[in-house]
Amino acid sequence: MSELNAHDITLAYENATIIQKMRLTIPTGKITALVGPNGCGKSTLLRGISRLLKPRAGSVVLDSDDIWRLPTKALAKRLGILPQGPVAPEGLTVHELVAQGRYPHQSWFQQWSPEDERITREALEITHIAEFADRAVDTLSGGQRQRAWIAMTLAQDSDLILLDEPTTFLDLAYQIEVLDLLQDLNLERGKTIVMVLHDLNQACRYADRVVAMRGGQIMAQGAPDQVVTEKMVHEVFEIGCRVIADPVTGKPLVVPESRRRHATPTTDVVRQNGHRPNTNHVEKVADAAR
Amino acid sequence: MTAQTQTVTPSSRILGSRSLLLPGLFVCLLLLIGCLLWSITLGAADIDSTVVYESLFHYDTTNFDHLIIQTVRLPRVLSGMIVGASLAVSGAIMQGLTRNPLADSGILGINSGAAFAVVLAVFLLGTPSLSTYAVFGFIGAAVAAVIVYTLGSMGRGGATPLKLTLAGVILSAFLSSFTTAILIGDQETLDKIRFWTAGSLAGREMPLLLQTAPYMIAGIVGALLISRQLTTISLGEDIAKGLGQSTGWVKGIAALLVVLLSGGAVALAGPIGFVGLVIPHVVRFIVGVDYRWILPYSAVLGAILITVADVGARVVIRPQELPVGVMMAFVGAPFFIWLARWKVKR
Repeated sequence: MSELNAHDITLAYENATIIQKMRLTIPTGKITALVGPNGCGKSTLLRGISRLLKPRAGSVVLDSDDIWRLPTKALAKRLGILPQGPVAPEGLTVHELVAQGRYPHQSWFQQWSPEDERITREALEITHIAEFADRAVDTLSGGQRQRAWIAMTLAQDSDLILLDEPTTFLDLAYQIEVLDLLQDLNLERGKTIVMVLHDLNQACRYADRVVAMRGGQIMAQGAPDQVVTEKMVHEVFEIGCRVIADPVTGKPLVVPESRRRHATPTTDVVRQNGHRPNTNHVEKVADAAR
Repeated sequence: MTAQTQTVTPSSRILGSRSLLLPGLFVCLLLLIGCLLWSITLGAADIDSTVVYESLFHYDTTNFDHLIIQTVRLPRVLSGMIVGASLAVSGAIMQGLTRNPLADSGILGINSGAAFAVVLAVFLLGTPSLSTYAVFGFIGAAVAAVIVYTLGSMGRGGATPLKLTLAGVILSAFLSSFTTAILIGDQETLDKIRFWTAGSLAGREMPLLLQTAPYMIAGIVGALLISRQLTTISLGEDIAKGLGQSTGWVKGIAALLVVLLSGGAVALAGPIGFVGLVIPHVVRFIVGVDYRWILPYSAVLGAILITVADVGARVVIRPQELPVGVMMAFVGAPFFIWLARWKVKR
């Protein structure tokens, strides 16, 4: 299949080294989420393992091939990458955008085949944007637009899809829409997905595996229920929290504490007790939920 | 899906259907030929169209009118045509490559670089040979392109539209003042190329055209060959890399083509601004965002625009004439303001 391995990679921009000698294995057929505070190097890591940023040292190996030794198009057929916040040229239609996903399958001699058209159509169907095929990307809603970009990556027909913050700048409903789509792609089409996520709870809910980073280092990695603990969140995000079971999925749900720990009580609680509940009370509520 | 998302607004382009694109290009070509013939019939001497036809297809060296057409008017319209096509194609390439709607060889300082180099050549070498014009034009264009790109990519965020535009404008102003300084200090140089520095097709002769045209034709053909790659890179460099494009090569070749096109055009006609800015936007409005169509349409419409502007330049203050570069500024400056207001974000 398509296992992606980073062997002791060092990633740097000009003179700032972000990541030093990191090892990472992306398991096949799973959803992996990279999480961590701003500036922890999660996006840099994603760029490093997707050939957008050349490592200073070490290597990134897909199956048994060094990704920097593969021809660029050969890699693009096996690994798709969607950078953060892509902007389509004004007037580009959804169909035209998705068709660009066939770029690595084309050459001077083989420009546009019925196969390309079929796969483009399929990508539009899977992402539920076929009805917008002839509309300009810039006229769509945020969620539709992001699905169009994902459809482009799908048309690449790679087993492995990497995404940098696919939900950032989207309304909550669109975030869930996009994450559900990615989960479908994983479950129904066996795509291996790696994504940088901002929201730890979304990572817990959708990922099979969470990689938590801080200061360019991996602090913890593994299944969400094993890795996402109060201690880990404190170490990685420097914030106190309660970890309870997500009432919808049963996965860990991180409820951050405010610095002064005065969670605003609900009016009901105030009315019942006649006074502001102390933090003790809030803890009891959290424990009960767990 | 809500009702709002179901109302399908068709994409806003004039030739919405792909099957219209080729016939449309053919119509534009016919229009161009019409403009060329119209331009040839206009001039100080009244020559009617049957004589024009005869001189083109049954050239009689003893006929004075035929001589005017073959040595004065034909080189002039052909120069206008190739210069317009080159500037428009080079503008389209730059806009796609830098994702900058304001990109144009005039605004990004490339025309000023070429112009400065040519003026310097005339100043230092007296009367340089025709091929020297072209060589200096290319060197000036290339050096200016490198300087603007380097200045514009400094700092955070790389080469943003705003920084590239600022770098181009600054370099333009800098080089233009040097050009002016040379021309003020040296009457002889000024006399030779005063009209040229404003961008003019007057007095272009066949030999200079034949010296510079091959570079521009090579530039246009090269651009058509990499048009598919340009469409992909216009989605952004990271996207293009992710799709398996060797973006370094595409950018390098595209930059070389821009230098050939802009340098050649400036060597032949002086710095004519705005064609490269205006035409690609008009073309996108007609054909959309696929460079396989943007580039050929830009070439043809760029040629038409310069041909028509040159007719205007000869007619408005008859019997005097304006440099075509001045005519273009009349059209281009308001368009630039409109673009800057509506199209440039950040």
